[in-house]
Amino acid sequence: MKAKIFPIFLIITFSIIFYIFYKGLQNSNIYTPEIKSEIKIPNFEAKEFFSKDNVNSDQIFIGSEYYLLNIWASWCIPCKEEHKYLMNLSKKENIKIIGQNYKDNFVNAKNFLTKLDNPYDLIFSDNDGTIAIEWGAYGVPESFLIKNNQIIKKIIGPLNEKLFSEIKELIQ
Amino acid sequence: MNILKFFISVILLINFFSSDLKAKNLGTKITKNLRCLICQGQSVYDSDSEFANSLKILVEKKLDDGLNEKQVYDYLKNKYGDWILYDPEFNKNTYFLWLLPILMFVFGGAIILRKVILKKKKL
Repeated sequence: MKAKIFPIFLIITFSIIFYIFYKGLQNSNIYTPEIKSEIKIPNFEAKEFFSKDNVNSDQIFIGSEYYLLNIWASWCIPCKEEHKYLMNLSKKENIKIIGQNYKDNFVNAKNFLTKLDNPYDLIFSDNDGTIAIEWGAYGVPESFLIKNNQIIKKIIGPLNEKLFSEIKELIQ
Repeated sequence: MNILKFFISVILLINFFSSDLKAKNLGTKITKNLRCLICQGQSVYDSDSEFANSLKILVEKKLDDGLNEKQVYDYLKNKYGDWILYDPEFNKNTYFLWLLPILMFVFGGAIILRKVILKKKKL
């Protein structure tokens, strides 16, 4: 009897281990953070892109309007791809697009806007990238849909047709 | 006399630098325990990505603002979740992770102890 317990125990142990690893194979190894919806926007101080005046975040996100904060840089290729969607959104009345210029050179960024047009109602600079960390962002491009000082949608990576229509539906 | 002067200046210099080192070390210690989220497998301290560099600056800023180590972790956990810490904290999601080695140790010890006792009995 005793001799039998050990092999059975061994088989069970290995099958459990096998099961766990087999399940693990199917998990994606790219970490996507749980997006805590309805989190409050951070409070920060930044410099306006053109005038270099100090602006505070509560001067930017006022009232119950929809805001789309877009983190962009002239050196970021996907930012060029999503630009047309931003331009399209900027024509809408009920949403304001706020740009956050991430670790960029002023001249290059300005050229980027003159060449591709400026969809932003306001731009502020984030030269050392710390404001992006305040938002819980990873890099460029990244967008946050904001209403009543709360983040209601977080988009990592460039906007595409699907996300664009989702945003349009949300702000209807 | 010259030797004395030399020694005094060396001691002063060491004191000066070591106090600075201590402040730097806390920043280093924290960034070593942070996972660089866009370059997995590297800590923020080891990485040179844009994300990691910004995070390093931010950690220093927060320390200058007077936050302690735990407050910095809590702040970042709030933004990026538990995953950003290499050293996960003890909570209901991680208790199994923390207790498993102890359980295995106790279990293994019990098996060995039983074997030893059985052997002694046979003798």
